Amino acid sequence: MEVDTSKCNYCGACVGSCPVNCMYLDETRIIIDEKACTKCGFCIRVCPMGAISAEWFK
Amino acid sequence: MKTYNYDVLVIGAGPGGSSAARFAARKGLKVLLIEKRPDIGSPVRCGEGISKNWLPEVEIEPQKLWIANEVEGARIYPPDEKTFIKLSAAKAGNEVGYIIERDKFDKYLAALAAREGAEIWVKSPAISLIKDKDGKVIGAKVRKMGEIVEVMAKIIIGADGFESQVGRWAKINTMVKDRDIVSCIEYRMVGIDLNKDFTDFYLGSCAPGGYVWVFPKGKDEANVGIGVALNKLKNPGEVKKYLDDFIEKHPGLKKGQIINLITGAVSTCQMPQSIVTDNVMLVGDSARLIDPITGGGISNACISGKIAAEAAYESIKSGNSSKEFLKEHYEKKVREKFERKNLRNWFAKEKLSMLSDETLNKLVDAISEVELTSISVKSLLDAVQKKYPELVKEFEDLL
Repeated sequence: MEVDTSKCNYCGACVGSCPVNCMYLDETRIIIDEKACTKCGFCIRVCPMGAISAEWFK
Repeated sequence: MKTYNYDVLVIGAGPGGSSAARFAARKGLKVLLIEKRPDIGSPVRCGEGISKNWLPEVEIEPQKLWIANEVEGARIYPPDEKTFIKLSAAKAGNEVGYIIERDKFDKYLAALAAREGAEIWVKSPAISLIKDKDGKVIGAKVRKMGEIVEVMAKIIIGADGFESQVGRWAKINTMVKDRDIVSCIEYRMVGIDLNKDFTDFYLGSCAPGGYVWVFPKGKDEANVGIGVALNKLKNPGEVKKYLDDFIEKHPGLKKGQIINLITGAVSTCQMPQSIVTDNVMLVGDSARLIDPITGGGISNACISGKIAAEAAYESIKSGNSSKEFLKEHYEKKVREKFERKNLRNWFAKEKLSMLSDETLNKLVDAISEVELTSISVKSLLDAVQKKYPELVKEFEDLL
């Protein structure tokens, strides 16, 4: 998964929506624990800026 | 590693955290309030509309400093926008009253906490919780302006908003389903056509599972935002497209310029099973205490913060900060205060999100003709019954 930092506002919408808590919002960084990720796609769809992408998300 | 000791550690200096810190400090407790951002209240992530009726309960005196505009009421538009429901401020509940400057409001509340004796650290995110051998939370590791330190506390109050790391780290289940998550984006626009005296809400397919809001901050300036339910969103960045489409269709908005862009998400769920564990309480958005129909959370945050402060005091005085104690002295009181309304509004939200544009048009058309001096279930139902009897069946369980 990738966060496009030129689009990201660091608002935390993705972090709060993650059902397995595999995302962490630092001050100006989104950290994703890919091993814990279940590929539900919540973070990708909830992001108002469309800043998150993944190969598996169609 | 440096270690600090407090009675109460409050994580997050939004309205909920600052209220908790303020009232706990007033009780004579040794309180630390930490905020991850360098600037309390900024960046703003909020439509900035609040009502007035709850302010005395949490001892907040309205200040010119953070009031951008005072409105008379709210107008609710159906998809065809041919008519609207007008709610006077007195009747509109949580939606109207003041349009505030959230950054200044949050700083004002943090200052109230400081004046009561709370210590405040900015640019100091909690990076993990410290637990004892039984797994009970006894503090947090904090990156205090870049330096990692340990903060030990008898009570930890999680006030870290929608993303709520504290609740998750403490294993309090506040997970939200996609139908109860609303993705939001808002532009602060200038040079637009506006009635400064009303907050405007637009329902229907322009914002599935949510609404578009126009909250006036000045004569030609407003927060123009949208929330769309996550279960209605399929593609990345779709919520922005909904807002841009709405603005495109409204020449009075389209001619304006955007001077700020903010994003975020809110929960519109029922209250979680639990909002406490041993030594830990969650307040405000982190406890999912948002009104499911309006998406408003400031009043509930401040009130729950105050209740948490009182519970912290009782807990420390009696030397009991067990989950059971905090359930009794905090969670139970929060439930008594919010749970019924929250549940009712959750059902209303679910129902509203299922109505077609056509039904919404008829509904608003019927209701808009009623003199809304008092909004009662019966007056609304009667109005609809008179004009569109076939509609009553569809939502009488809601009303």
